[in-house]
Amino acid sequence: MKFTPKTEAELAEIVAGLQAPVKVQGGGTRAIGHTTAQDVLDMSGIRGVVEYEPGALTLVAKAGTPMAEIEALLAAEKQRLSFEPMDHRVLLGTQGAPTIGGAVAANVSGPRRISVGACRDFALGVRFVDGTGRALKNGGRVMKNVTGYDLVKLMAGSWGTLGAMSEVSLKVMPCPETEATLAVHVTDAAAAVEAMSAALGSPYEVTGAAQNGPVYLRIEGFVPSVAYRLDALEAVLARFGAVERLDAEASATLWQDLRDLRAFAGHAVVTRVSLRPTDMPAFLAAAQAEHHFETQLDWGGGLAWLASDKESLADFAQSYCAAHGGHATRIKGSFEACAFQPEAAGVARLSAGLRQRFDPKGLFNPQLMARG
Amino acid sequence: MQMPQPNPVILAKKARLVERLTAALGKAGVIAEDIALKAYECDALAAYRCPPMLAILPRTTEEVAAALKICHEMDVPVVPRGSGTSLAGGAMPTADSVILGVSRMNAVLETDFASRVIRVQTGRTNLSVTGAVEGAGFFYAPDPSSQLACAIAGNIAMNSGGAHCLKYGVTTNNLMGVTMVMMDGEIVEIGGAYLDAGGLDLLGLICGSEGQLGVVTEATLRILHKPEGARPVLIGFDSNEVAGACVSDIIKAGILPVAIEFMDRMLIAVCEDYACAGYPDCEALLIVEVEGSEAEIEHQLGLIHEIAKRHNPVEFRKATSADEAGRIWAGRKAAFSAIGKVSDYMCLDGTIPVSQLPYVLKRIGEMSKSYGLAVGNVFHAGDGNMHPLILYDANKPGDLEICEAFGAEVLKLCVEVGGCLTGEHGVGIEKRDLMLDQFAPDDLDMQMAVKDVFDPKWLLNPAKVFPLASSEARRIAAE
Repeated sequence: MKFTPKTEAELAEIVAGLQAPVKVQGGGTRAIGHTTAQDVLDMSGIRGVVEYEPGALTLVAKAGTPMAEIEALLAAEKQRLSFEPMDHRVLLGTQGAPTIGGAVAANVSGPRRISVGACRDFALGVRFVDGTGRALKNGGRVMKNVTGYDLVKLMAGSWGTLGAMSEVSLKVMPCPETEATLAVHVTDAAAAVEAMSAALGSPYEVTGAAQNGPVYLRIEGFVPSVAYRLDALEAVLARFGAVERLDAEASATLWQDLRDLRAFAGHAVVTRVSLRPTDMPAFLAAAQAEHHFETQLDWGGGLAWLASDKESLADFAQSYCAAHGGHATRIKGSFEACAFQPEAAGVARLSAGLRQRFDPKGLFNPQLMARG
Repeated sequence: MQMPQPNPVILAKKARLVERLTAALGKAGVIAEDIALKAYECDALAAYRCPPMLAILPRTTEEVAAALKICHEMDVPVVPRGSGTSLAGGAMPTADSVILGVSRMNAVLETDFASRVIRVQTGRTNLSVTGAVEGAGFFYAPDPSSQLACAIAGNIAMNSGGAHCLKYGVTTNNLMGVTMVMMDGEIVEIGGAYLDAGGLDLLGLICGSEGQLGVVTEATLRILHKPEGARPVLIGFDSNEVAGACVSDIIKAGILPVAIEFMDRMLIAVCEDYACAGYPDCEALLIVEVEGSEAEIEHQLGLIHEIAKRHNPVEFRKATSADEAGRIWAGRKAAFSAIGKVSDYMCLDGTIPVSQLPYVLKRIGEMSKSYGLAVGNVFHAGDGNMHPLILYDANKPGDLEICEAFGAEVLKLCVEVGGCLTGEHGVGIEKRDLMLDQFAPDDLDMQMAVKDVFDPKWLLNPAKVFPLASSEARRIAAE
């Protein structure tokens, strides 16, 4: 069965009457992981921008609002969602229109996360319906708010397991005047991380530090500032290898492709690994000893995307993280095993306790984030 | 300020509690004498005081765990305390509680410049975190005004902000991992030296939970390389409205200053008297600071000048030297001391949508007349976080009560225009009883359900954040 609420009130009524678990879905483009729910709660009907105030850098939108609609609205005011959310359709081969609620629920944050923060850092407020059918709110639409517990961050990245979000408030940012990228031809992963650390440890405000082949370092800002910083950064990076420059247009295309993992669209299994940047080369070396895969690094080496054709690489990554810190998520694959990193006992108990309180009947995406 | 009556059953346990805690922490770790406990009777919201039953000063995460386990077994409430600089009463004890101070836990555990993180024990002061990394050119960005004294533990508990958070974010945006001791003594690790801890965002939940979910003993914090330079500009206007419009235009133009600070006529005069900063005689003053290389700073200040000119400023003064920059900031940074010299005051902390600034300032002015108490305004204009300072006379019977009523009306106004009760100081006891003006009972119930998960017996800082009537059933059930 598929439920298609058009308003928060309808959503609350549907949830209150649910007899079986539901898969909470926006545009259905981020088909990551597996839930045992059979029915679908389609949130895409609860849509529309509620309020947009460019001078205050704030946007309030219903959760099912398509990303494309929001991006167009912001672009008209030369503003944007600074956390640079990935469009998963390229990698996963999904159809449909990604929604803002889906991006927040999955805390989708792109290359700029390293400099400005994650989706959750831009989430100012949320309205949602809990597992008992109560319509609730938390946060608001102002940039600084410590009134009560921050359930906004908890909802961001909860993958629909705590409640069905009906509305989100976000901080938006002005678009920079221009951007440019340096491509540094490095020899190996260790040199790549070292080069990215040098760039991110400089005062030049790098807003993207990724590697797929060369290391790519992005600078954004006013025209004279970008020119100055490119020169300064090039001087810092010369010792790592030959340096090329990409102009604004080439830079924009490159980062969109990196953001969307375009290079890995043909692979059957993709795993996302978050580690301390300086630990990444050792992890990659250990993984390479046993597995065959391709790598794209992001977030200064703190994030690795691994593309392979076998599930065993994801198993390896999750075991490695369990022993060394960090976490690994299966982004594409069979999802026979849980997509998410198993949690240590104490943390798992807290997470389970929260799910029990927010969704006592286990209605929302059961088994998606934790099996048990 | 109403607080729950001390529970005589708990008070009767004092001797046994001292004995057990002393066995766990040693004599130096337990403070039980009345005179010594006076030091813990309040935080920076000094209008409200109550000495605790005991204070303890553990040295390690394991000692914190041992002490909490004992308190948990004996059903004794615990109030965690960083440096006691909370402006909201977050660290104020009740007579039947144990203050758990983290001040002896102030070590730097690790610095990793390549991964841009530092790990510290949370009793370390905010400014000394920067002190530990500035030799290598790095800094820790959140900078509350109390940064010389305030502890990271309290910063995490209250999700502290600061003047520069417009660009760098508040504590929650710079916190990557914690070691936290649960009320029953269990030690949990959340996140670490990597971005976005896996699973549910427990880190985001803990940050700003006012010491009600657990005691954070160690923290992994994001550090950043310092900018090449920074320079403020001072802009004076002949009305609050125009100053507010200028703020909005600067933001819309795509300039991202690190700080946009606003002061009104009263604060300008008081700060000028106190700090001799050379402020102009005008209705409203903005201090806008930008960062970068010399040429970048000049470029941005040029753009700001263009925007400001459209609003006919009475003064536009760029700092041309470190000395001038220091003088521009001197008045603003001394604002609370300056006003404290003139009068007793209550500092509010509501946040409003930036577009509502002129209306809210006008309404505060009207309220000031009807309550008969003067008010000054100084605040972080870029993000709408206001700090109205209401002046009163603590020695005049009834004045504090009038001031509280005035403050409550201002905060309700903040909520009414789409804002919130507190932007960076926290709820504590101060705004506790206004929570139902911002939240519906169900909204608060969901928040309290979170505490049920972390602290089922409601022993950690139980009389804060939620209206006493709202939390009463849970607190009593847990007893």
